[in-house]
Amino acid sequence: MTTLVQTLFNGLALGSVYALISLGFTLVHKASDAVNFAHGSLLLLGGYLVAVLHTSLGFPGALVVAAAATALAAVTVGQLLRAARAQGAAVPTILTIGVDILLFTELARRIGTDVLNLGDPWGARVASFAGVTVAQARVASLVAAVLLVAAFLAAFRWTRWGLAMRVNASDREAAALMGARGERLRASAWALAGLLAAVAAVFLTAFPTPGLDRTTGQVALKAFPAAVVGGLGSVGGALVGSLLVGLAEAFSAGYQDQLSPLGSGLSDVAPYLVMVLVLIARPQGLLGAKESSRV
Amino acid sequence: MPQPPPAPARAETREALDVNQLTVAYGRSVRALHEVSLRVPAGGIVALLGANGAGKSTLLRAVSGTLPLHQGAVVSGSVGFGSADLTGRSAAQVVAAGVVQVPEGRRVFAELSVEDNLRAGRLGLVRRGRAEARATLDEVYALFPVLAERRRQTAGLMSGGEQQMLAMGRALMARPRLLLLDEPTLGLAPLMVERISETVQEIRRRGTGVLLVEQNAALALELADHAYVLEVGAVRLSGPAAELAASDEVRRLYLGEQGDEPGTEDVPASVPALGRWQR
Repeated sequence: MTTLVQTLFNGLALGSVYALISLGFTLVHKASDAVNFAHGSLLLLGGYLVAVLHTSLGFPGALVVAAAATALAAVTVGQLLRAARAQGAAVPTILTIGVDILLFTELARRIGTDVLNLGDPWGARVASFAGVTVAQARVASLVAAVLLVAAFLAAFRWTRWGLAMRVNASDREAAALMGARGERLRASAWALAGLLAAVAAVFLTAFPTPGLDRTTGQVALKAFPAAVVGGLGSVGGALVGSLLVGLAEAFSAGYQDQLSPLGSGLSDVAPYLVMVLVLIARPQGLLGAKESSRV
Repeated sequence: MPQPPPAPARAETREALDVNQLTVAYGRSVRALHEVSLRVPAGGIVALLGANGAGKSTLLRAVSGTLPLHQGAVVSGSVGFGSADLTGRSAAQVVAAGVVQVPEGRRVFAELSVEDNLRAGRLGLVRRGRAEARATLDEVYALFPVLAERRRQTAGLMSGGEQQMLAMGRALMARPRLLLLDEPTLGLAPLMVERISETVQEIRRRGTGVLLVEQNAALALELADHAYVLEVGAVRLSGPAAELAASDEVRRLYLGEQGDEPGTEDVPASVPALGRWQR
């Protein structure tokens, strides 16, 4: 029972961090029609900046600066895609792979083989209640992710910006005819994606993870199946998919012993397993709309 | 008898739309409009007729600032609205200047509610007053009561006619001084066509000018004060709508008798004066 509760909690905490990543991923996909493979490197950039800045700025200051810088970097990537847009639909996506490689190579050169500490205030402290012990960092990640996602959803639903984003995703030309400023909306989507990625980096590297290393960005890859499971382009889908993937990963890790006939390390492939199973049953994803084209 | 192609009349009305010697190209070589001049006086209704591919949509795009979305650009000439120069302006700037287009095929935001669609009509406004938004929404609901009944409904689930009303209501939310209507009655039932044409007259009564692109030429000439006929990207004919409706050439075109010699107009007297535009 304790294992169940603990696993459930870990899954939710993990899923909530994936939600921050896949939300940004989905926003960018809606805004630029591109699958952003540079998302992992942007996340790594955010984490790296927190790691190098926290000694001088303190953790909160470092997080703010890192989030802003990552948002700026993301907007730059978005502008780069825009320049290449006229040359076809696949080009932007491939371009993000190029950006990813460049950014990752530079960050990997700087990080080397080190494991960097991000200086987060939770450290290795744990909280226990009713016999269940969980890392404080995971409680914080759950709370932070819920707050950020709730703030985003509220803005998406009720503000003028959110309306413009939804309208722009629905029909770009009709949105332009209503006076929606497509350029600014695209930039805001990329900025938000970068900001959320930087925050996610902090929680991905917090205890019990040893810290930030060059492979941290690869963890972001697990947000891809999360976004796809939910239905690429659907905000609600990205959130549901993230929780599902997080839970699947936590459960395959928490019940490793019972699952041992399947071999060890199942938790690493669990997200992709979930993705394959969901896509076989529902090719458009859990909440995704069937692809339809206007003639 | 209209003389092709006459220069647009110059009047000293405020906020007329003036398209002056406009040439538009898509990509590097495809010329869609060639030195087209057109004028919509403030508060007037002007019809724009022409076969498919004549350049009607291109002209609307040039005015509404959506050419870049189609890789098109103004090569020469200008678009003015009152004292504002709209040439090459962004779609958002054109909306802010008071010119709003209702796109062909309604293009309502299908997955959004009716009310969200209407709210989206105000996205282009720089100055945003809550009270004015509320008042405008009430006005649109008064004009189209069916939208008020369905305000919570998903827009994509409404009928074609209702979607057309929503598309027009959405555009009116910006309180435009000129409305560009692209094929508002295309594919609608006769009763709905009647409803839309009444609405166009009502919109004009409230002081908003209308540039109307219509396949249904009979309807367009009935509604409009003035009309232009585009052919392969140039103004072929223009004049008061009543004169055009009575002209032999327009009647010949409506009947689809594309004779090689423009002089042969052997239209039987029994044929109705105006049918639907033949594609």
